[in-house]
Amino acid sequence: MTHIAIIDYGMGNLHSVAKALEKVSLRSGITTKISVTGDSEIILNADRLLLPGVGAMRDCMAEIRRQQIDSLIREQVMEKPVLGICVGMQAMMEHSDENGGVDCIGLCAGNVLRFAEHLTNNDGLPLKVPHMGWNNVAQTHAHPMWHKIKDESYFYFVHSYCVVPDDAFYVVGNTTYTRTFCSALADQNLFAVQFHPEKSQDAGLQLLENFLTWDGNS
Amino acid sequence: MALAKRIIPCLDCDNGRVVKGVKFVDIRDAGDPVEVSRRYCEQGADEITFLDITASSDDRSTTLKTVEDIASQVFIPLTVGGGIRNVENIRSMLNAGADKVGINTAAVFNPEFVGEAASRFGSQCIVVAIDAKKVSKQGEVLRWEIFTHGGRNPTGLDAIEWAVRMQNYGAGEILLTSMDRDGTKSGFDLALNRAIADALTIPVISSGGVGNLQHLVEGIKEGHADAVLAASIFHFGEYTIPQAKEFMRQQGIDVR
Repeated sequence: MTHIAIIDYGMGNLHSVAKALEKVSLRSGITTKISVTGDSEIILNADRLLLPGVGAMRDCMAEIRRQQIDSLIREQVMEKPVLGICVGMQAMMEHSDENGGVDCIGLCAGNVLRFAEHLTNNDGLPLKVPHMGWNNVAQTHAHPMWHKIKDESYFYFVHSYCVVPDDAFYVVGNTTYTRTFCSALADQNLFAVQFHPEKSQDAGLQLLENFLTWDGNS
Repeated sequence: MALAKRIIPCLDCDNGRVVKGVKFVDIRDAGDPVEVSRRYCEQGADEITFLDITASSDDRSTTLKTVEDIASQVFIPLTVGGGIRNVENIRSMLNAGADKVGINTAAVFNPEFVGEAASRFGSQCIVVAIDAKKVSKQGEVLRWEIFTHGGRNPTGLDAIEWAVRMQNYGAGEILLTSMDRDGTKSGFDLALNRAIADALTIPVISSGGVGNLQHLVEGIKEGHADAVLAASIFHFGEYTIPQAKEFMRQQGIDVR
């Protein structure tokens, strides 16, 4: 039995990720308790934490701070596996340029920057932002979370900002959208992805299944 | 390796069944939306769009139930449109498992609504559906206007200006339908598509008129679409999604 707490800080739809976890729990036979919660007691007692996220960074961080989820995550990541998704990945960095600049949780040294809109696509037209749709993830380092996932698999993205870790050591996956950016990072108990595994069909479900068994620290 | 162009099958649903009419008449039954969605997902569809065309728009409980059922079985993005008029409608659709909502008529009558929706839920889940029809005469500079109510009611709004305005209000994506081509199987209105796609920095999904696989390729290569949406060519088994993708790949388009 493993207990996953999907951290609910009041920023939108957690249905998709909960449903996807239910699905992989069922098909893998790994009994999983899934709590969608902002309650610190439940978070402390869970075996694994998932920080999802949609919406604007300023609102997300305001709620994360108000509920003191930032300090909770900083403590808990020393003890158990934590998975960050999309804005939940960006929130792990030190600072985001979104909404005129927002300080984030700061688990990982580096910043969150907007896709440069002065870049152009193959037709010489401005690059479309958000980066929306299916793109490849090149696995730059081996990691247990990549178990049974082919290198260069497609995952579903929707975002206008991307993380730039100070140290390339943390980068475990790269994606190219005119320029190459970090689409997956890892540091001990932390694994974080810019794409949405819960919306990425087989490869995404496999990543979530891997999270059910990953013991962290790799 | 690059961002793939998307193929999005569209399910027009009336009272819990997938239907497809030609220019909104001659509606044919095309199955159970949950079954149909699952089949498309297995075939490699990149997203699913679900449009609720139920006449009695007051009763959304059937739709919510269907969206819930699809979302618990299909792990690709799901857009739900039709009858989205206020923040409460959006919230209930997202809670039922939709990833994005399509706003159409409500945007025309109250453009501020798009801004409110985007700031509340994030641009990434706000798709503005634009139904455009050519109003310029032969020999005149091309011009398209926004129409509502299935193409019956003109609004006087210029389609390109409107699309830019919707982007500025915070739309994350535009679903563009040519009312001249919808249901005709004669291909997208490529000039319209290109004019809108080139005027915007958000992605554009082209819709209306797909009759064969070459039309999908044209929508992307000539219409500059980021995604192509089609219904009847897939519903009635003329083509499968893998066939469509293989054809696009052969024409040099990045597909998943």
